[in-house]
Order: sequence, then structure tokens, then C-alpha cells
Amino acid sequence: MLQKLYDWVDERVDITPLWRDIADHEVPEHVNPAHHFSAFVYCFGGLTFFVTVIQILSGMFLTMYYVPDIENAWRSVYYLQTEVAHGQIVRGMHHWGASVVIVMLFLHTLRVFFQGAYKKPRELNWMVGVLLFFIMLGLGLTGYLLPWDNKAYFATQVTLEIAEKVPFIGEATKTLLAGDPNIVGAQTLTRFFAIHVFFLPAALFALMAVHFILIRKQGISGPL
Amino acid sequence: MHKGKGMKFVGDSRITAERKPNIPKDYSEYPGKTEAFWPNFLLKEWLVGAVFLVGFLCLTAAHPAPLEGIADPTTAGYIPLPDWYFLFLYQFLKYEFASGPYFVIGAIVAPGLAFGGLLLAPFLDNRPGRKVSQRPIAVSLMILGIASVFWLTYESAAHVDWETRAEQNTPEMPVEVEIDESHPGYEVYQNNSCIQCHGESLEGGAAAPALTNIDLSVDEIKDIAVNGIGDMPPGQFEGSDEELQQLAEFIVQVNESGD
Repeated sequence: MLQKLYDWVDERVDITPLWRDIADHEVPEHVNPAHHFSAFVYCFGGLTFFVTVIQILSGMFLTMYYVPDIENAWRSVYYLQTEVAHGQIVRGMHHWGASVVIVMLFLHTLRVFFQGAYKKPRELNWMVGVLLFFIMLGLGLTGYLLPWDNKAYFATQVTLEIAEKVPFIGEATKTLLAGDPNIVGAQTLTRFFAIHVFFLPAALFALMAVHFILIRKQGISGPL
Repeated sequence: MHKGKGMKFVGDSRITAERKPNIPKDYSEYPGKTEAFWPNFLLKEWLVGAVFLVGFLCLTAAHPAPLEGIADPTTAGYIPLPDWYFLFLYQFLKYEFASGPYFVIGAIVAPGLAFGGLLLAPFLDNRPGRKVSQRPIAVSLMILGIASVFWLTYESAAHVDWETRAEQNTPEMPVEVEIDESHPGYEVYQNNSCIQCHGESLEGGAAAPALTNIDLSVDEIKDIAVNGIGDMPPGQFEGSDEELQQLAEFIVQVNESGD
């Protein structure tokens, strides 16, 4: 039955080469913890991806309740946390995932760095990876404001003050992020929400795609 | 791509009519104990992922995500703190050589050099040798960078009393109560000294707590009005028994309106 369905699609779209491209790649001995336990350091990149998937899924469920508006943002989070079935778990996963993903990214970066895996011909993929790290930090920064509690509000105020003091582009940057040169308020919340939910994830997905395609094309770096 | 005469397509499409076999590559000729990703290695990854997920869910179940009170710009003396992975930058900006007139150094030049160096590492450390011993400068700069980040994070976080912070900022649902100013009790509230400390809308003040969101009966309120409680001295209420009853009923009614 499944085979027939597959053949039906394959005849029309020729998906076998595409599928073999995804499925057929070797896992060399030196990266396989089943053969050398120390190869567990190669897991950090995959775990980063795993936590990113958790973040995407839990974030999607959070937006089913979250309201990006200064009157209701905190109330919707409070409601989610106290009333909604499993709301505390979903929000907890998103909250802790944000920290765990930074830890995993850090460990993955260290692994690549200390193995010198960024050397020719993998320079581009290293730079894409560092940009991914920056985007993840941006997601953390913008997500911190969204519950609209005191720590979110005052931390964001400090962040925007720091941005404002940057010469030449500081004030424009602050206005772009906060929606107003002076007020941290309704506009700031909607802008951070848009950045957190649309702009940065879009950039994240694009760069992740490049990151993975490059790994597949170049193969994993050899043993030291 | 295969081109030329003799090619057959599916209908008028560009999909070739020739089917390719859907069989995995043979890895037996590869060096070492190379394994196929699908499905052998993926199954192991799946198991590791499941163990990781269980640990992660234990963490979320044991420590619910924190939430403080609703953002209130008028909160006095709130000490702002960023999320823990920004603490090192936050701490760096507190030092004399990185703040005030040297702000540009602290906020742009130093982090710019550090993160720019990280981004351009393959070009700064561009010799072919990959071993740690073959690139002492890059490795020692990285270790210095990591050590400073850890040190700055520690310096920033060690002086914070996290438990007190959490206790002082517990989330409380702001209660919106209706003050019925035509209630005879409100008049009593105004004419006695209550309003001076507890405020026009029972919102409380520096000398007295709010009278909203309290869980007291009429008799308990009557007792407190006459005999005082905590810092509130006795003898504050100077009206008749009937007025006392009206006052207590008024306060209870306001509290019920907020539920």
C-alpha cells in the first residue's frame, strides 16, 4: 500500500534521487560515539538543532494564547502559566530551551574551534554558524521582553539605552527597535514580537539551510 | 543530467520515465567502520535524543518558567538584569575603562573585536595545521576569551540575591475593583482618617497597605478599624456603630467586586 503510494508519487515527481540524497550519507568512524566514546562532542550540533525544533514547536503553541499588547501580554502569559492545561510545561520548554540552545551552541562552537574544523575549505560554513549564533542571541534578547513583566521591561529599557548611546546610528537604531525615540511601550512590544516571531526565524531558517547544505556538500571534517 | 535522443518522459512533463532504484549505497568499501546514516545511525541518534528530551522535560517540570509582576514603569528601585547569557557584556560595561567617556570602547570596540575575530577566525588562523599545538595564538586567544566571559558572568551573577529577587517580584494579578462612591460607607471612609493613609481608591500608600484584594470578613474589618493592626494604632475610627458597620460592608463589597 505505502509502496504503491510511493511509486505513484515517484512516477510523477521523481522523488527517489531527492530522497537518496537525504538518506545516503556516511557516518565516518571517528564521529560515531558507538566506536569512540569521545566522539560524543560531535553530538552538540545535532542537539542544538533538536532544541531549535523544540523552540519552534513550543513557540508555535505559545502564540495560540499570547497577545502582543501591553494590556494583555502579561495577562495572557499569566493565564497560560496558571490556567491552560500543560501551559506551564509548554512555556517552561520555551523558556529553558532558550538557555539550553545557547549552551549547546557554545559547546558546538568550541568543538569546531578546537578541532580547527573551520579551516579551508569550510570557512564559509564557520561564518554562517557564527551568524546563526548572533541570530540566536537576538532571539533571546527579543523574547525576553515578550512576557511584559518587570524584569522584561527594565532589562529592555537598559538594552535600548545602550543601543542609543552608539555613535551615529544609535538613536535611529533605538527608534527602529522601540518604535519611539523615548517611550518603551506598546510599539516596542509589537516590534519585538514581530522581530522575534517573523524576522529572526526567517533569517534563522535560511542560514540553517545553508549550514546543512554546506555540511552535506563538503562532508564532515576528517579526524585530527 | 542524462540528455539526448531516446529519452522517455512521463506524459508531456520533464520527469524521466526511467525509474531509479531506491536502494542505499554500499558503505563496505569506505575507510574504517563507516556506517550508513539511514537508518542505522539515525536510530542511535533518536535514542540519544529521547534521553536528552526526558532530562529536558524533568528540568521544565522541576523549575517552572519564572514570571514577575506585570511591567510597571513606576516601580521604584528595580534593578534590571538581562538574561544570563548577556550578563558578561552587561558586567563589562560597568567597568571604568568601558563606561562613561570610554563607552564606545566598552560597547562597540571590545565586543566588536571579540565577535569580529570569532566571525573571521578562518582568515586570521589560516594555516593548514588543525591541531591545537599547531596554532598556539588562535587557541590561547580563544581560551582567554572564554575565561573572560566566564569570569565576567560570575562577577555579575555572584552579587545578586536571586531568591530575594524572586520573592519580591512574584506575579500578582492586578485586581480592578469598582469603588461605589455613593455607598454610605464611602462617606464614612472619607470622614474618618482612613482615606489619608489608605488612599482615595483604597489603593494604599507609603504608610498603609491597600484595602483591595484582602480576604477579611465584616467583623474582622470592624475590629481592625477600632483596635488597629500592625503599624496601625487603635482608636483611628471615631464614628458610630452604625457607621462602622457601613464602612466594613463597603470595604467587603469593593473586594467582592474585584473577584
